[in-house]
Amino acid sequence: MKSWLTTTDHKRIGLLYFWTAFAFFLIGGLEALIIRAQLVRPEGIGVSAETFNQLFTMHGTTMVFLALMPLSAAFFNFIIPLQIGARDVAFPRLNAFSYWVFLLGGLFLNASFVAGPLFGAGQLSVAPDAGWFGYANLTSRQFSPGPNVDFWLLGLQILGIASLAAGFNFVVTILNMRAPGMRMLRLPPFTWMTLITQFLVITAFPVITVALVLLMFDRFFGTHFFLPSGGGDPILWQHLFWMFGHPEVYILILPAMGIVSEVLPTFSRKPLFGYTVVVYSGVVIAFLGWSVWAHHMFASGLGPIADSVFAGTTMLIAIPTGVKIFNWIGTLWGGQIRFTTALLFAVGFIAMFIIGGLSGVTHASAPTDLQQTDTYYVVAHIHYVLFGGTILGLFAGMYYWWPKMTGRLLSERLGKVHFWLTLIGMNLAFFPMHLSGLLGMPRRIYTYSPDLGVAGFNLVSTIGAFLVGIATLVFFWNLLRTRWQPVNAPANPWNGATLEWAIPSPPPVYNFTVIPTVANRLPLWQTERHGPMAPLPERPPAPIHVPGGSWWPMITAVGLPIMAIGALSHFLPVVLAGAVVAIVGIYGWAFEPFEM
Amino acid sequence: MLRDPVYFDAVPLALVSLVLLLLTACGGGHYPQSVFHAEADFSRELDGLFRNIFAWAVGVFVVVEALLLVAIARFRARPGGPEPKPVHGHTALEIGWTLAPALILVFIAVPTMRTIFDTAGHAPEGALRVEVIGHQWWWEYRYPTLDISTANELHIPAGMPIQVEMTSADVIHSFWIPRLAGKRDLIQGRTNRIAFRTDSTGEYWGQCAEFCGASHANMRLRVIAQSDSVFQRWVDRQRAAPVTPAKGSVEETGQQIFRRSACIGCHTITGIANAKVGPDLSHVGGRGTIAGALFPNTTESLHRWISNAPSLKPGALMPPQSLQGADLDAVVAYLQSLK
Repeated sequence: MKSWLTTTDHKRIGLLYFWTAFAFFLIGGLEALIIRAQLVRPEGIGVSAETFNQLFTMHGTTMVFLALMPLSAAFFNFIIPLQIGARDVAFPRLNAFSYWVFLLGGLFLNASFVAGPLFGAGQLSVAPDAGWFGYANLTSRQFSPGPNVDFWLLGLQILGIASLAAGFNFVVTILNMRAPGMRMLRLPPFTWMTLITQFLVITAFPVITVALVLLMFDRFFGTHFFLPSGGGDPILWQHLFWMFGHPEVYILILPAMGIVSEVLPTFSRKPLFGYTVVVYSGVVIAFLGWSVWAHHMFASGLGPIADSVFAGTTMLIAIPTGVKIFNWIGTLWGGQIRFTTALLFAVGFIAMFIIGGLSGVTHASAPTDLQQTDTYYVVAHIHYVLFGGTILGLFAGMYYWWPKMTGRLLSERLGKVHFWLTLIGMNLAFFPMHLSGLLGMPRRIYTYSPDLGVAGFNLVSTIGAFLVGIATLVFFWNLLRTRWQPVNAPANPWNGATLEWAIPSPPPVYNFTVIPTVANRLPLWQTERHGPMAPLPERPPAPIHVPGGSWWPMITAVGLPIMAIGALSHFLPVVLAGAVVAIVGIYGWAFEPFEM
Repeated sequence: MLRDPVYFDAVPLALVSLVLLLLTACGGGHYPQSVFHAEADFSRELDGLFRNIFAWAVGVFVVVEALLLVAIARFRARPGGPEPKPVHGHTALEIGWTLAPALILVFIAVPTMRTIFDTAGHAPEGALRVEVIGHQWWWEYRYPTLDISTANELHIPAGMPIQVEMTSADVIHSFWIPRLAGKRDLIQGRTNRIAFRTDSTGEYWGQCAEFCGASHANMRLRVIAQSDSVFQRWVDRQRAAPVTPAKGSVEETGQQIFRRSACIGCHTITGIANAKVGPDLSHVGGRGTIAGALFPNTTESLHRWISNAPSLKPGALMPPQSLQGADLDAVVAYLQSLK
């Protein structure tokens, strides 16, 4: 127990990220199922408007910040040091700090579901209810007087700290900790996409942080940054939010693209087709991702010139994305494809992401978007991108790396059940949403008129959503089974080409007995240009120093939610107490002896 | 020949879901908020552009998904199969599949830009001006040239261009009548514009499309497009003073109760009350619906609405009223008389 609380081992932190994020994924999924249950027929099954608004707000916030990002982070933590031939990340204690801040931030946000009595709210739940995008001026004290929005803006600030710390950590790790010979264009594609993602994190999160701080000032100290009644501008919030929010979409999708770029070559027994093009198109996507934010605001009246510019830049993103898809198909082409569960999920990713990408082009066109934005058509689009894309990609990664992370093989039979149920379920759930949206069903409504003619589509969507729920339980069972009925995994069960497969499953605490010297992009494979690298010695030739555990990252992290609780209750001494805890933590951390 | 599970099961799966969808699609029949049933110049232009882009999207979808399916069907591993050739890439292919999407995008971008400027919201000379003001959770309409103020049901003359100028009294809302016009946000302190013209008379449904709080789902609206003569009759009625109830009638009792109740704190009835918080009721009896086009304007709905509005529409700002029995009947009768 103590060794887990104080751990600075990137592999253990990776597993902590995985299980925590998976738990939040289940919570976010449960919220989705209640939403779908309410919408199963016109006029609902009795979920109140207030509860419904809390549920869709928390579903979006949870899935983005507490499930998908940290599930990617689980792989960053576990896999990146192994792929680049390092013993750990650059700053192991900062890594532990990121995890604890993420966990506590997530608990803080979700505590709002039961915190009502503490605020005399008259109901149990005071969860955020202004949407995951929190548009001003609905978020002002005047229109959202309760603590709901406070939970949201404080929780996101806490989570932002976790993301930023991890972002800097991984940029430094990938740039500085590479094994000898691991040149930039020899990095595995997953490492490359992670590097790009982390640059997006460290540039985009400051923007949302600024926006949240301004909102906090509006709500706590009576400023008017976003309030037209006081000379402020609610459109400013939209610009700031989407300037973060659109890069955030790529923060969510690029890691999954990286995973797919690892899985396809392994199971086709062919190198990634057009490696450099895939890498550079990732870089281009990240740059363009910064120039498209106002396509979320076509209905807000930016004027025809701004609409044209943002429609144009948005369409441009289709080009590098299309290039990636063609290169993945090129990787499969001519291969010897083994249909493992990981491969199925990777192919499913491509097939579904195409649909999400193409519907994206239909609302890149600003005029057509005026009929699509804020309808279920857009709900369909984001779910084809973030479920059909990110989540299928993450599942591919789970089946691919689970043996490396735990030393146990997942059941391929259950895996295939999981895959087909998920694929059928998600298409039943999300495809009809295109039609219910175009037939006039707006998003974020807890009830709709039977006269709209969309009841049938909603029924199918709900059935599909519950199928996805069942599929996820099959996956959960598969994970648990690896504990109860273990099947041990060899070092390289899939015949992968990258360095993580050169060491035992699970890896020893020091990862590599000897830091390997890398001579090419596919060190473990025989290709026409080179043979596989020599196996590493089984025992380290000399003792290896591994950093010991530390309490300080967790203690520092605990200070943050205490400060947030103080802010929530408008009680300055608690804020100061939290600050003292954090400062003591940082002090202890800075002066901690090198050896424990 | 071995059946390949991935390839062969995907086809029936797609077909089954398609049939299922078509069945449910045909079941409804009538779609009052469908973007596919455009009845105005604005919405028709958007519909045409969408169909154009959609055709490209379907083409790309078919080609790319087919390539993917062929790849996984043709190149599945066979026992004793040859070691794949370690191809690292192909420069001509890379250039080709960069240029192809770029070219397609040109065919999408050009009509997009043209439509953006065509639909920028400026109506031609002689358009009827309408101001739309969003409130939590209802719509206020003002016709500045006609000196009319009404709510939730927008009457327009068919065949005449309409210039809509919109703003909000509180949070951001979005004005959307799918069969007539694309949506546009209502933002406090700003004025946004759309312009459209429909030649077909009829009733068009719409609703708020920007999340605006508890009853966002209940912020609905109707646009009633009328022939010139019918519209003119409506205008004349709206401009006339509200009906004065006959002496000793139940409506007159209702008027007296209205006058001494909380109603006058929020509503306008010309000559009786002059508050601007809720909708103008001077001609409420002539409307087809109440409460943000949520309920039909019947005696029963009015009873329930006045007795306890927030129980019918979460968050509604009109508090439950203590009027009961004969008093309530009288007020409802009075409101209904205000044609």
